[in-house]
Amino acid sequence: MNRAHYRYFLAFTLPALVVYVMFAALPLVNSIWYSLYDTDSGVARFVGLENYVYLFTNPTTSERFWNALTNNLEFFAIHLLVEVPLGLLLAALLTSGTLRRSTGLYRTLLFIPTTLSVVIVGFVWRLIINPLWGLVDFPLLGDERTALPTISLMSVWQYVGIPMIFLYAALLAVPNDVLEAARVEGSGAWSTFWRVKFPLIAPQFGLIAILTYIWTFNGFDLIFALNGSAPGPNYSTDILGTLFYRTFFGSSGQLSDLDLGATVASVIFLIILIVTAVYFGLLHRRLRSYEL
Amino acid sequence: MTTHRDRAGALVTHGLLIFFALLAVAPILVIVVNSFKTTQGIFGEPFALPNADTFSLGGYERVFTRGQFVVNYRNSLIVTVGATVATLVLATLAAFALTEYKVRFAPLVGGFFVLGIMLPIRLGTVPIIKTMISWQLMDTLTALILVYTAMSLPLAIALLMTYFKAVPGAIKEAARIDGAGELRTLSIVLPMVRPGLAAVASVTMLPVWNDLWFPLILAPSRENQTVTLGVQQFVGQFLNDYPALLGALTLGAVPLIVLFVVFSRQFVQGLSAGIGK
Repeated sequence: MNRAHYRYFLAFTLPALVVYVMFAALPLVNSIWYSLYDTDSGVARFVGLENYVYLFTNPTTSERFWNALTNNLEFFAIHLLVEVPLGLLLAALLTSGTLRRSTGLYRTLLFIPTTLSVVIVGFVWRLIINPLWGLVDFPLLGDERTALPTISLMSVWQYVGIPMIFLYAALLAVPNDVLEAARVEGSGAWSTFWRVKFPLIAPQFGLIAILTYIWTFNGFDLIFALNGSAPGPNYSTDILGTLFYRTFFGSSGQLSDLDLGATVASVIFLIILIVTAVYFGLLHRRLRSYEL
Repeated sequence: MTTHRDRAGALVTHGLLIFFALLAVAPILVIVVNSFKTTQGIFGEPFALPNADTFSLGGYERVFTRGQFVVNYRNSLIVTVGATVATLVLATLAAFALTEYKVRFAPLVGGFFVLGIMLPIRLGTVPIIKTMISWQLMDTLTALILVYTAMSLPLAIALLMTYFKAVPGAIKEAARIDGAGELRTLSIVLPMVRPGLAAVASVTMLPVWNDLWFPLILAPSRENQTVTLGVQQFVGQFLNDYPALLGALTLGAVPLIVLFVVFSRQFVQGLSAGIGK
């Protein structure tokens, strides 16, 4: 361990560290810092938790917040309940052993929606389910009860490739001699999958669930592209990301408020952080211990 | 030794996969095909190929005269290439150092970077806006390149570290004995991690090209709009001009699909190796 090593280490990691700290890590921390200040008068004034008190006690802002949080939970639940099982099905089909050269083709085709921009996905589906086009004659996006599930399913259509790829990679990693042993014992494809492969890839589901949680609570693009920054009908598709944008950027009928925006961001950050910390602190190691 | 059961199983597997592959691709095909039709053609027979009566390039004409797709493409290219190259250079240096020099705080720095894979960077937008304002970078492509580089570094570093770890130490030792400096040693090792660089490039490009959030906030003016934002605004303005709308969507989607099909292997590899670990 010589001194030169420290010098090289610093010189090589510093550029990346500076960019990463300046534009990713520090802004997140600073959001919390800014949420404790009031800058409306042009001068920053420390106000403690006043912005938080306002967010949760002002009837309008608190109603919007809880509405967005509930919608976000629904958005997450639909992803978890539809996208993950579907991803598992596709990964299982891709690795079933009955396909030969066609695997790559199917994998590429199934992953194409994931590579598209959400703006495109949103409008493609809006056109297809447009009552004018006659495939569906109910205004799915125009009704308060169906708008959010419809948008969630569009998002599932787009992102099902992600759990599919993770589970596909995990299934490919199942050792061949284990599968061979199952075959020798006369186990069919169905029982081999559920009794041999599935238990081996099960730890992946924890990671997929937590990533889905982070991504859906960070969601914004699809809903903004389709419904704008005050997503209707009647805020039924408003999630935390659109609420955050509306708060700091302003929208028709709402002034931009950077302090309150930082406050909303900090609350969302906390919501994500607590669940992620609980997962990695308690569950992750336990799930991993079952892995090969 | 294929039995009847095996063949039936293969048939079901192919059948299901074809069904899901169609479900994935058909909506995009419908849009692309209909973008070459007149409005009557689009609504009269939405699932027919264009024929002599319904074929029209009018939509594309209006996209190019009223939209500004050339500018949009240029901006997206600058931002995507800029952020990808910056990410590759900075991540290569950092990942090499993190695996090569066993200094005491290396694991700590490595962990700090890897943490960023999970960080929702968007939540730091308010401070980012303030920084960009004070550096006079608001509404510039530079602002986007900086933010996207910061956002892409964690996954890139995590990925490249797995590749650098696999390089045999003997090669580096041999280079050093020959008197190569550290940068020279890195450049000797570099060709051996080429698959890693390709994986990093492909997982960096797609999210950058597709992002709507930061272009909307950091570079919204007409001359700085990226393709994703351009399509979003165009569609908002020409809601009733279906041929133009479909043309704009096609122009937004096709380059990505081509890019993905070309880089598909590296992309899948990057995604599963980087996050799955």
